[in-house]
Amino acid sequence: MRPFAYTKVETLAEAVDALVAAGPQARLLAGGTTLYDLMKLEIETPPAVVDVHRVADLAGFDTSGDRELVFGAGARMADVAEDGRLRRDYPALSESLWRAASQQLRNMATLGGNLLQRTRCPYFRGGEPFACNKRRPGSGCAAREGLDRSHALFGGSEACIAVYPGDWATALVAFDAEVDVLGPGGARSLPLVRLHREPGDTPQHEHTLEPGEIILRVRVPATPAGRGSAYLKIRDRESYAFAVVSAAVALTLDGDGRVDECRIAVGGVATRPWRVPAAEQALRGNEITEASARAAGEAAFADARPGRDNAFKIELGTRTVADAVRLAGSRAVA
Amino acid sequence: MAATASTGVGSAHELDLSCTVNGEPVRVRVDTRESLLDLLRERLGVTGPKKGCDHGQCGACTVHLDGRRVVSCLTPAVQVSGADVTTIEGVAGPDGELHPLQQAFIDHDALQCGYCTPGQIMSGLACLAEGHAGDDDEVREYMSGNLCRCGAYAGIVAAVRAVAEQGR
Repeated sequence: MRPFAYTKVETLAEAVDALVAAGPQARLLAGGTTLYDLMKLEIETPPAVVDVHRVADLAGFDTSGDRELVFGAGARMADVAEDGRLRRDYPALSESLWRAASQQLRNMATLGGNLLQRTRCPYFRGGEPFACNKRRPGSGCAAREGLDRSHALFGGSEACIAVYPGDWATALVAFDAEVDVLGPGGARSLPLVRLHREPGDTPQHEHTLEPGEIILRVRVPATPAGRGSAYLKIRDRESYAFAVVSAAVALTLDGDGRVDECRIAVGGVATRPWRVPAAEQALRGNEITEASARAAGEAAFADARPGRDNAFKIELGTRTVADAVRLAGSRAVA
Repeated sequence: MAATASTGVGSAHELDLSCTVNGEPVRVRVDTRESLLDLLRERLGVTGPKKGCDHGQCGACTVHLDGRRVVSCLTPAVQVSGADVTTIEGVAGPDGELHPLQQAFIDHDALQCGYCTPGQIMSGLACLAEGHAGDDDEVREYMSGNLCRCGAYAGIVAAVRAVAEQGR
């Protein structure tokens, strides 16, 4: 691991000051489960690290609000996953957390850090000699000619097809979450769907935060569709693995049992958290049947652009969305 | 106050820290790059936690940090300042009598080579304390961060469940 200047801070003001002083290449350290791991691999080589894991103002979360749920960026994944109200009223959000990683990692990892978790693309993590435009801009993309089973069907570019691996952000994007950030210019908010960037020609730029900005919290507008929600995650093994495909679905039913509010996103198949409005439109106004759930799944994957080894995810993803729709429907209240 | 490693401790890349390990106070100067696992094994002689993958994927290095299970390989040592660290060495009673979960691992043949066992037991203790040992499936889910290449999983589930049943 390369040496770095280490600064531990205890307040948000100190964090912003330290981050600005440390320069644009500095990194925030919270749970460490992504950053420290990649520093060991020398994929991340920050000259300076600002440790925010003891910043008390980041740590809380509140799921009791009538208008919105509030999740501090420093709250631990395990604590939030266990929250009783979240499990009952927003099961998809709880499931997206406890189906991620292991309990050890969930005890360490924070909600804010998890949003900016970096890709698991083996050519990115593998380092030299593999070409990777994300790791070394201009070097090429080894996945394009290599093994692309785990790579994106949506949002890829000539430069990069690495998948965004997170579950939490995939569920959040279905719920129209907002992100509050603090930087040297003050505080601002942005929709979570605008936090992550598609790779385009610059896959090294993965998010829209400015240098010196820190994620403070995520806010989720309260919705009755939370009760009728599910996060279904299909993995190569039953637990403790990244998604091969996942689906977040949240819906309400009207008095006739037809889908009213409808929110669907898919994970493990896109370069950023991926909402699928076409699937929502296909389902809205229909009763939930095997056929209508299947149609929603087909709509979700209609625009998929597979490579050589990942075309199987079109059928797998179609079925995953369909199963998540039926599970969410079974939980929904009319 | 912000604490910068480059002020007051003589080196830009070292930091003094205090913590406890299995109840014993520890004061040590650490390299800011050092993991808790390396601190325990290489500097403090606490070799129960094992280095399997060193990337948070196998669970062999699991310890408790202020009562919560973590992987010590992905815990920067500088982050344990002021914390209580418990390893497998801190689990048995004062006279060396085995913890019921340690005994259950023996009784249920929950190990073969034993390399993953310290991490399995630290994770199993947490699994019990968290209330995640209600049935076999829940134990499998909440023990999934601990790999066993010998494949002693059936015995591990039985051992954790046996202690959960004793505690009811």
